[in-house]
Amino acid sequence: MTMNAGPPLLEIDRLSIDAVSAGRQVRLVDEVSLNLQAGQVLGLVGESGCGKSLLSYSILRLLEPGLRIAGGNIRLEGKSLTDLSERKIRAIRGNEISMIFQEPLTALNPVFTVGDQVAEVFRTHRGMSKAEARRKAVDALAEVGVPSPEIRVTQYPADLSGGMRQRVMIAMALACRPKVLIADEPTTALDATIQAQILELMRGLQRNFGTAIIFISHDLGVVAEVADRVAVLYCGRVVEEAPVAELFQNPRHPYTRGLMRAVPQPDAEVMPAILHEIKGNVPRPGHLPGGCRFHPRCPIARDICTTSDPQRIKVGADHHVACWEATDAH
Amino acid sequence: MLSHILKRLGHTVLVIIGISIISFVFLQLSGDPVGLMLPQDATSQQIEELRHKLGLDDPVIFQYLRFAGNALQGDLGRSLFSNEPVAGLILERLPATVELAFFSMAFALVIALPIGIVSALKRGTIIDTASMILALFGLSMPHFWLGIMMIMLFSVQLGWLPTSGRGSFLHIIMPAAAMGISMVALFARLTRSTMLEVLGQDYVRTARAKGLPGYLVIGKHALKNAMIPVITMIGMEFGLLLGGAVIIETVFAWPGVGRLIVQAIMDRDYPVVQGAVMLLAMVFVMVNLLVDLAYGWLDPNVSLQGESK
Repeated sequence: MTMNAGPPLLEIDRLSIDAVSAGRQVRLVDEVSLNLQAGQVLGLVGESGCGKSLLSYSILRLLEPGLRIAGGNIRLEGKSLTDLSERKIRAIRGNEISMIFQEPLTALNPVFTVGDQVAEVFRTHRGMSKAEARRKAVDALAEVGVPSPEIRVTQYPADLSGGMRQRVMIAMALACRPKVLIADEPTTALDATIQAQILELMRGLQRNFGTAIIFISHDLGVVAEVADRVAVLYCGRVVEEAPVAELFQNPRHPYTRGLMRAVPQPDAEVMPAILHEIKGNVPRPGHLPGGCRFHPRCPIARDICTTSDPQRIKVGADHHVACWEATDAH
Repeated sequence: MLSHILKRLGHTVLVIIGISIISFVFLQLSGDPVGLMLPQDATSQQIEELRHKLGLDDPVIFQYLRFAGNALQGDLGRSLFSNEPVAGLILERLPATVELAFFSMAFALVIALPIGIVSALKRGTIIDTASMILALFGLSMPHFWLGIMMIMLFSVQLGWLPTSGRGSFLHIIMPAAAMGISMVALFARLTRSTMLEVLGQDYVRTARAKGLPGYLVIGKHALKNAMIPVITMIGMEFGLLLGGAVIIETVFAWPGVGRLIVQAIMDRDYPVVQGAVMLLAMVFVMVNLLVDLAYGWLDPNVSLQGESK
């Protein structure tokens, strides 16, 4: 995968998201900038509460009431999404950009057949007739490896296994051949073998259709398997961003290193007696520490880290990090 | 689906048998009608004769079996006072009661569902608060008072609607509204709360993420799920409407079963009471059977479980 090939397909430009309640504003995502090239897979990694899901929902303007985009911009092929009318953003949802979610059971509506839910996408975005959309739904399920799709379309989500449900979600998301697929922890709720199958499926579809993917996960191991580039989020900020191989060989941010140590290493020569964890908890939004946000949990924190926020700097070809340790080394 | 229906029908038959036993036993416990039927100075011999004639001296189990056997042939006995067949007395009035219950429910739902849905969508706004207060207002007014006020306004002052009786569609508007209005609050609140719950579900987010227009997200994906508890409540409230229409029937001189039952209870005319209780219970059970079937249609997982067992 070549990097920096032309203008980005999807550009997140200094995006901030606030929670507003009872007149109080709390910043949850703070001036995050990310680029997604066509056909690329961008991994978004961080602990829960780091803002990675909010970031992904804000792209399609699916933030819940009480959350709002407070600044910055999101552009698809140079066209801003943040100020589109409701009707125009609707034409993009599920059509040019689509999403799949963590929990395929709850993400599918229990009272409609699987076929109906897939066919809806064709009816909405392609204006197809009911019968036509139904035929296309069968094809779409076949594409994602659902066996006997002509029977499956008449079944309800409860009749399907977890893996099959996630395949249905993927079929639905890819029905209109979107340019971007946002996958929010798509394999977290699945057991390990199914997880591997779904990842394999996503990789295959991504190669065939050339869909760019934003792959969100708390699991660096999973991200390593699918992503071309990885951005690590901590407390609403990107702390490190690099091509996947570079990040794993040369992690520069102590948080990234912490996440890596927290992943079990099946091929390590000696299994560590205990799995490392990052000490402390993610600070609550609105109660962020001064200076570098990671300093209370950081093993190499110094005086400057408690008072001053490190700037994002370039530490290698296409490798950026925001940490005083890296700043001093350059 | 067919086996689901058959199974529910089987349940229904059992419930009706149970109701017949319970209503029979309770009426037996409530006292002897013979004392009321005969003059006060009747001799004990006269009392015994009448008891024998009515079959009241047989063991209770025989009395029940005789009642049940006759009931199966459509004979619910005769009124102890007018000597008319009970089945005829009730069936003459039952359609009026069912009609009133049906229109009251329709009135309540036509108002309550939109209020509930809009309140949920506009949660926390002035629209939400105002409609909930309005709905509560309807619940707080006793329906006999509301009925009288309506008669004074729409019949006496404006002359738009007939004051009482049953006949044209105009006759049913006021009694149905007076009964229905107290259920508006109930259904509006229920719709609002289930709708709010459903709107927070992942599948609603999925529907939006697919690019569906708002009317499909709300009117299809959210509403069908939110209707499941509402349908259940409709079935239960329908029973109250059937049995509890006495006051409204009195206010509007509506020729329903409610007034017949009250009169029969006063007279200890137990064949009439028993027959009316049985028939109302049967209507109630049939309505709940329909509700059950509607439930199976709304929520496919319900009927599937029923079939696999």
